[in-house]
Amino acid sequence: MQKYSIFNLVKNAFSNHENWDLAWKDPTPKEEYDVVIIGGGGHGLATAYYLAKEHNITNVAIIEKGWIGGGNVGRNTTIIRSNYMHDENGLFSEFGMNLWRKMSQDLNYNVMFSPRGIINLAHSDAQMNAYARRGNSMRLNGIDAVLLNREQVKEIIPMADFSENVRFPIFGGLMQPSAGTARHDAVAWGYARQADSMGVDIIQNCEVTGFDVAAGKIKGIRTSRGNIKAKKVGICVAGSTNILAEKLNMTLPIETHLLQACVSEPVKPVLDNIVTFGAGHFYVSQSDKGEMVMGGDLDGYNSYAQRGNLPTLQHVLTEGIAMMPFLSKLKMLRTWGGIMDMSMDGSPIIDKTHIEGLYLNCGWCYGGFKATPASGWTFAHTIAQDRVHELNAGYSLNRFNTGHLIDEKGLGTKTWIS
Amino acid sequence: MLYINCPHCGMRSQNEFSYGGDASVKRPELNKEVSDQEWDDFVYNRKSLRGKHLELWQHISGCRQWIKVERDTATHEIFRTFKADEEVA
Repeated sequence: MQKYSIFNLVKNAFSNHENWDLAWKDPTPKEEYDVVIIGGGGHGLATAYYLAKEHNITNVAIIEKGWIGGGNVGRNTTIIRSNYMHDENGLFSEFGMNLWRKMSQDLNYNVMFSPRGIINLAHSDAQMNAYARRGNSMRLNGIDAVLLNREQVKEIIPMADFSENVRFPIFGGLMQPSAGTARHDAVAWGYARQADSMGVDIIQNCEVTGFDVAAGKIKGIRTSRGNIKAKKVGICVAGSTNILAEKLNMTLPIETHLLQACVSEPVKPVLDNIVTFGAGHFYVSQSDKGEMVMGGDLDGYNSYAQRGNLPTLQHVLTEGIAMMPFLSKLKMLRTWGGIMDMSMDGSPIIDKTHIEGLYLNCGWCYGGFKATPASGWTFAHTIAQDRVHELNAGYSLNRFNTGHLIDEKGLGTKTWIS
Repeated sequence: MLYINCPHCGMRSQNEFSYGGDASVKRPELNKEVSDQEWDDFVYNRKSLRGKHLELWQHISGCRQWIKVERDTATHEIFRTFKADEEVA
């Protein structure tokens, strides 16, 4: 594989950049693989990369219905954080933070990781207490957390509404200074390029239509490009999880819902951090291009549409304007939607299934992008060793049966309620 | 914007409604032994169909009645609406 470096950049400049190698090949599917990963999104590509890198399993195919990186890894708001209270989520995400910090070097691909900090605003004394508790839990797990009072928040984000007579006055906030953003497409492309170079077949425009299971054991998959035998199959298809589960006669604790995001026209640098509104569901950061990147609630009803509806957008942006009134002056540049695999306790599932050799990675709700490296790493471990790693032991499928839920937000079983 | 034909009030915008999830889920009968699996299926497990989906909505800013709506989850087309206690054929 051609290394990306300043020297190669200069060298290729002399031939008008026409002689770069392809970043990944376009192979025809082989008859059989050791491992087939369904879903060429961030998690699937990362899984294939860590299978090859950490477990030396390279006879691997990624099967993608559309094109790689065309789903949620290309549709998110690029936020990376580990500000969780529960041990399972905190330790898993912080493990991921360490992978993010060295990802550009690991992948020889600039993923533009920018640890700019996230601030969750508090709008009442009770919320400040809850944030103090969450911050302490984070620090016990080795995650950085700083509780800010109103004056400290004002110093960092003076453009927020600090007037006295607002409906939701800012009391303070919880900050994770090491949180940040990254270039989402680069993450998908970086993993794809490295996985390809280690021998993984990335097969695009190939839809999975069924599974071959015999005597409780996975034998292979059926696709729009023919049958493929596989010793092991991993599913990481986010919002399409239920569609594949139906083909396996499985009913999962997952519902598919639509989440929208939007960006404003680009403006000069105004916001250094990621800020979330604490009296509703709204978050904003500023991209390197200057656009304000915003998002919030689900559309609120089951949806596979991959496009949003305006009432939710209006609701979300109303919260944004309450928090930062200047946003009302900006023009909207783009809005889009992606379909989320909403689990019933708000936490993901990375586990084996009742079918031998079939593994499941789903339930990422709002937080799939930041989990990309940790999800790929632990899923690769689970597939390669046929047992879960201690980092994803809590993300079991049967926790809904045993009652060991990980309900980070205390939302109960209907995570789509906003 | 979705427009939902409330069987009590007529056609109204989605802003008047709140969503209540899959309407095909049945609470287990309590006059018999209920297994953990049955509770799981009632509380957590969902088919989350792509296509025609029978779901509950509440006309929260209208008559406040719960209704059933048959809607396509990929196109958002609404085919039929029913009163909560109406049998869906």
